[in-house]
Amino acid sequence: MLRIECPWCGPRDMVEFTYVGDGTLQRPAIGAEAGHFDYVYLRDNPKGVHVELWRHGAGCRQHVAVKRDTLSHDILQCGKPGEVTK
Amino acid sequence: MNDYSVWSVLRGGLTGQRHWKPAWRDPDPQPSYDAIIVGGGGHGLATAFYLAKLHGVKNVAVLEKGWIGGGNTGRNTTIVRSNYMLEGNAHFYEKSLQLWEQLSHELNYNVMFSQRGVLNLAHSDAQMDAYARRGNAMRLNGIDADLLTAEQVREIAPMCDFSDKARFPIHGGLFQPRGGTARHDAVAWGFARAADRLGVDVIQNCEVTGIDVEQGRVTGVQTTRGAIKTKKIGLAVAGHTTQLAEMAGLRLPIESHLLQAMVSEPLKPWIDTVVTFGAGHFYISQSDKGGLVFGGDLDGYNSFAQRGNLPMLEHVIQCGVALMPSLKRLRLLRHWGGVMDMTMDGSPIIGKTPIEGLYLNGGWCYGGFKATPGSGWVFAHTIAQDRPHALNEALSLSRFETGAVLDERGAGPTPGWH
Repeated sequence: MLRIECPWCGPRDMVEFTYVGDGTLQRPAIGAEAGHFDYVYLRDNPKGVHVELWRHGAGCRQHVAVKRDTLSHDILQCGKPGEVTK
Repeated sequence: MNDYSVWSVLRGGLTGQRHWKPAWRDPDPQPSYDAIIVGGGGHGLATAFYLAKLHGVKNVAVLEKGWIGGGNTGRNTTIVRSNYMLEGNAHFYEKSLQLWEQLSHELNYNVMFSQRGVLNLAHSDAQMDAYARRGNAMRLNGIDADLLTAEQVREIAPMCDFSDKARFPIHGGLFQPRGGTARHDAVAWGFARAADRLGVDVIQNCEVTGIDVEQGRVTGVQTTRGAIKTKKIGLAVAGHTTQLAEMAGLRLPIESHLLQAMVSEPLKPWIDTVVTFGAGHFYISQSDKGGLVFGGDLDGYNSFAQRGNLPMLEHVIQCGVALMPSLKRLRLLRHWGGVMDMTMDGSPIIGKTPIEGLYLNGGWCYGGFKATPGSGWVFAHTIAQDRPHALNEALSLSRFETGAVLDERGAGPTPGWH
């Protein structure tokens, strides 16, 4: 069981959250010609530290940024989106 | 090495069983090969086997970081089927199923392929309509499919809850009689032995640590047992595809996720087919040892840990008990996790890459086992001819960029939803 520290609600069980995915992706600017394929499809998929987003659906319904080790499942840091970086 | 046969078993019985030899050699890596397959699971070994057997490429090495059958080949739930709807998938999986039907003879190794049927249950009128559509698409592609009423389902799977109290009453189902199960270790061992007999070097405990690329084409690999030269490299490393591709500078439309499987204590023959629940993700079959083998959905987040979390285990068992209440009294014997390459459209990738001489076979999501012989068959063709076979043209890596994705479920580019 993962315990995620929601910056708005405090520590909660993972079952309250829905996994969103890689939290480091940069959406291309509106009107940009290039970059959409990379943004929609390509992933770094690291074996180790991964910065990701979880949605607190059974709580505040905000996105929470989580830094987690994909090999050990250890949660290293939680915070608001944009606050957690690699 | 002699063929396995009833005569060799009888002769061995009369001579104290002294005739057994190792099923394949344990060679050291040579300085160079015509082709190198990275990954000694079912797919990699099948590729080497078909390269040697059908394409005359016999100077081949299969490099395995652990031991044969120690990866996802030995972790899956052994189900074989070809009940796909989309054109690009259906013919490929059907080719694979046809290869399964002859595989024990082809390999001279009993893979215990059992065509006990695969039954997908429907729990609403809309789901019956969807299954009628899929069944019709399968039949138009020459694949067997029967749409069953609830009464017909009851004859095949009487252990399901048909009472008024069922949480999700069964409306009917879609049955593929030619589907079934196979012994997964035997598939890896059978392909390893058959490839070895054709001269392929199956090299265990040899981890690839780098891929050498010069001017856009591969020249060899770095391994824990030294450098090896080659002009053709096939990657078949379920779960770690992105890790290997990164060595050659490629980013892929793949995330690695965690899938759990479970087996109960053994019991007498109870279920003689494969049943999948239609109102949640749960599927079940019974192994030859008597254990009920079942599984469900992904844990849902990126992981390379090879071990699952309890909420998903509980969810899968709840689905199972909702469908088959008598499961409640069983004890769980073991559960384990494996790393799945989840692609962005839920279909695998078999084909060429932007790097010349580097071929990719991966992104099997949770459906790689059934494809083992077909995957090796088309991948061997792709490597030998340097172009995909008609059966894997639609499974190219470039389909994501061109928009020709094969999204069987219609879930969109979120790997965890397929």
